[in-house]
Amino acid sequence: MHNSKDFKIPIGPQHPALKEPEGFSVALKGEKILGVDIRLGYNHRGIEKAAEERTYIQDIYLIERVCGICSHSHSTCFIQAVEEIAGLAVPRRALYIRTIIGELERIHSHLLWLGVAGHEIGFDTLLMYSWRDREVVMDILASITGNRVNYGMNTIGGVRRDISPEQSQEILIALDILEERTKYYIEIATQESTIIKRLSGVGVLSREDVLRLDAVGPTARASGVKRDVRADDPYAAYGELEFKVITDERCDVYGRTVVRVKELMESYKIIRQALKNLPDGPIAIKAPRKIPAGEALSRYEAPRGEDVHYVRANGTEKPERVKIRAPTLANIQAVKHMLRDRYLADMPIVIAAIDPCFSCTDRRIALKEQESATGKIISWPALHAYSLEWYKKQGIDFTALNKKLRAKGLTE
Amino acid sequence: MRPGKMLREVLGSIFKKPATNLYPAQKLDMPDRFRGKLKFYPERCIGCKMCMRDCPTNAITINKVADNKFEAVFDLSRCIYCAQCVDSCPKKALEPTKEVELAQLDKNKLRVVFSYKENK
Amino acid sequence: MLGELVYIFIFPGFVFLINFAWIAEFIDRKIYARLQNRVGPPWFQPVADFIKLLSKEDIVPAASNPKMFKIAPLFALASAITAFFYIPLWKVDALFSFNGDVIVVLYLLTLPTLAFFIGGWYSTSLYSRIGSVRSLMQLFAYEVPLFMGILSSALLADTWSLREIAVFYTRHPYVWMFNLLGFAIALVSLLGKLEKVPFDIPEAETEVVAGGFTEYSGRMLAFLRMTLDVEMIVGSALLALVFFPFGLNLHPVIGFLIFIIKILFIISLVSLLRTVVARLRMDQMINFCWKYLVPLALLQLLFNLAMKGIFFR
Repeated sequence: MHNSKDFKIPIGPQHPALKEPEGFSVALKGEKILGVDIRLGYNHRGIEKAAEERTYIQDIYLIERVCGICSHSHSTCFIQAVEEIAGLAVPRRALYIRTIIGELERIHSHLLWLGVAGHEIGFDTLLMYSWRDREVVMDILASITGNRVNYGMNTIGGVRRDISPEQSQEILIALDILEERTKYYIEIATQESTIIKRLSGVGVLSREDVLRLDAVGPTARASGVKRDVRADDPYAAYGELEFKVITDERCDVYGRTVVRVKELMESYKIIRQALKNLPDGPIAIKAPRKIPAGEALSRYEAPRGEDVHYVRANGTEKPERVKIRAPTLANIQAVKHMLRDRYLADMPIVIAAIDPCFSCTDRRIALKEQESATGKIISWPALHAYSLEWYKKQGIDFTALNKKLRAKGLTE
Repeated sequence: MRPGKMLREVLGSIFKKPATNLYPAQKLDMPDRFRGKLKFYPERCIGCKMCMRDCPTNAITINKVADNKFEAVFDLSRCIYCAQCVDSCPKKALEPTKEVELAQLDKNKLRVVFSYKENK
Repeated sequence: MLGELVYIFIFPGFVFLINFAWIAEFIDRKIYARLQNRVGPPWFQPVADFIKLLSKEDIVPAASNPKMFKIAPLFALASAITAFFYIPLWKVDALFSFNGDVIVVLYLLTLPTLAFFIGGWYSTSLYSRIGSVRSLMQLFAYEVPLFMGILSSALLADTWSLREIAVFYTRHPYVWMFNLLGFAIALVSLLGKLEKVPFDIPEAETEVVAGGFTEYSGRMLAFLRMTLDVEMIVGSALLALVFFPFGLNLHPVIGFLIFIIKILFIISLVSLLRTVVARLRMDQMINFCWKYLVPLALLQLLFNLAMKGIFFR
């Protein structure tokens, strides 16, 4: 009955299992997976280069749109780096508001993940219910910030909008509703036997493997590694708030589910504390347009793991270099390891369990020349010349257009 | 541990109203601070063009029509509705509205002009 | 002769069956949606889907075997419809009946699965091959409990003919209540035949794009989807006859209404089961069917044998 030849099946770049394009080439023998080849880069949009052409204020909105689900994480991380270079003392009320929005975003992201995980294992009912409850969070965020995703809450030196006492009340009421629903989902996740059967023993990543492959976020925490930027290197208001870092010992997809659902409960606690202790004061201080020269690295605990931003300023209005390392890039190396000796049916849920966000992941790639053994990095002018040569071989001549653009100063 | 744990919840849903919003028959009300299409007050504008400097996508252009009179041209297909221009304006000449149904079949209709009207 | 032609082509044959299949698909999707707190499709959705698919282009992959590729959907549809003529619906008689037609009906219901395999295999695309092989692997798991559940009811009636089963249970009312365990087993196995969650492994959308159906489009896809709907009606009618054989000797109109109610009841149970569980993996499904369903079916068989010995010597 089984096809005795091994064959390679492509999962992606376009596939119903993946929400975003990614190339996985799976070598199969019957239903068993022999190996996986991963190819990234389908979602590369040139954001790092675009960030160098815009001023800092324009960059806030560009960096926010790196990802739709973790948009506040990226924008806060970037702004923290810029504020550190400029030496600005951000008012405490702004830090608390940033924390509250960040935790609301974490709730939204984890509920979304719960639905997606349900869909990948064929349990559409869980998808419909958890996304219905996610609407509560989206409505709260829309009434505070003005939009359901891409909140636009941050500005250099603080936040742009304030939380009024009526809105605090709204948030608390919404949190009560969500907490009740989350308790129901914890009950379902721990007692529904088809879910447990599909998720247990799948995507196993031992503690040593986490430390070797450098996984971050709930993927690492489900293997017992206590790695959370909020506790290790507190930023915003986390230094003054009390919360637990959730870990689990199961090391598989089921453990990751439990970690995420319990993190939802912790988020409710954090938001309640922050609302109760919200300090008075201004919500922003005036920031200079020209940021003095310097460089800074800032870290943030996005819902998917540790997000790292590096900014280098040179005294002008535009940054000199922005580098973003998204959490999914750290976790994707672990996918290869998790899929060895598993079945094809486990593939979607294992990929979904690291909560992939390939829009965040695709950043600057270093292109290597094909012939050389070690690989030489090609510079930008050399790449430009190579592309002109390649098109000429196909019969399309760009030299005239290139000369015109060079005369206008639009290209090198 | 048994399958079908969601049975009670699922059966209860038969008696509840569906959670779907029947758009476009039922339209949702946006919250107060919602950032939709922008509105420009020409009488307040002083022509400093700070909004043009801060717009991430160059969606707004301020043109001078006469001495101390300005008009604004919005390109709705470029605007990302971030409302940074609202914050940058020193005279509060820009305001977000709740209008969100902005799709058009003709691309020229996406270029919206707020011209200066004389006060009678 | 004319009466039989009307039976085959119009009522309750071809025309009635196809319309009823569309109504059944609508009811299944509407119940599924309402259980998930959504609105669900309007009543004409299955008809609209069918007409839309008929209007699309038929694409035959270059590497496939065109004859087998095109014949598979028609073969599946024809065998599913043929099975319907042997099942008594609202009276004790079916159009054709002979001793042994229980086995023939079950066999005719297996042929569509074979046709799905042939269509998927000869499509030669990777996803189709994996999906079609999974279809057959699934057959290993659910076929035995399904057969045993249905045959346990036939065993009590001491005959292999569907008409005689109906006659037996009409003569001894309330005896069908002995077979309720068999009904539960047959219902779960029917989910496997109809490729619905938790057994929709061949068609798992998130793993292999559409399994054996991946390369189909246009008219052939319309017929494949109609085969699944017709199988749902035929399977429900078979279960309704074998496990709920009451109301078969009443006035035809009342009998027809009772038949409709029985089918709708079984379809709603299928929708409910589809809503509350996740999809199983292939090895877990084979495990489940052989470890739990088959022993329970054996239990039902033994119980029926004992009842037969005690009461119906």
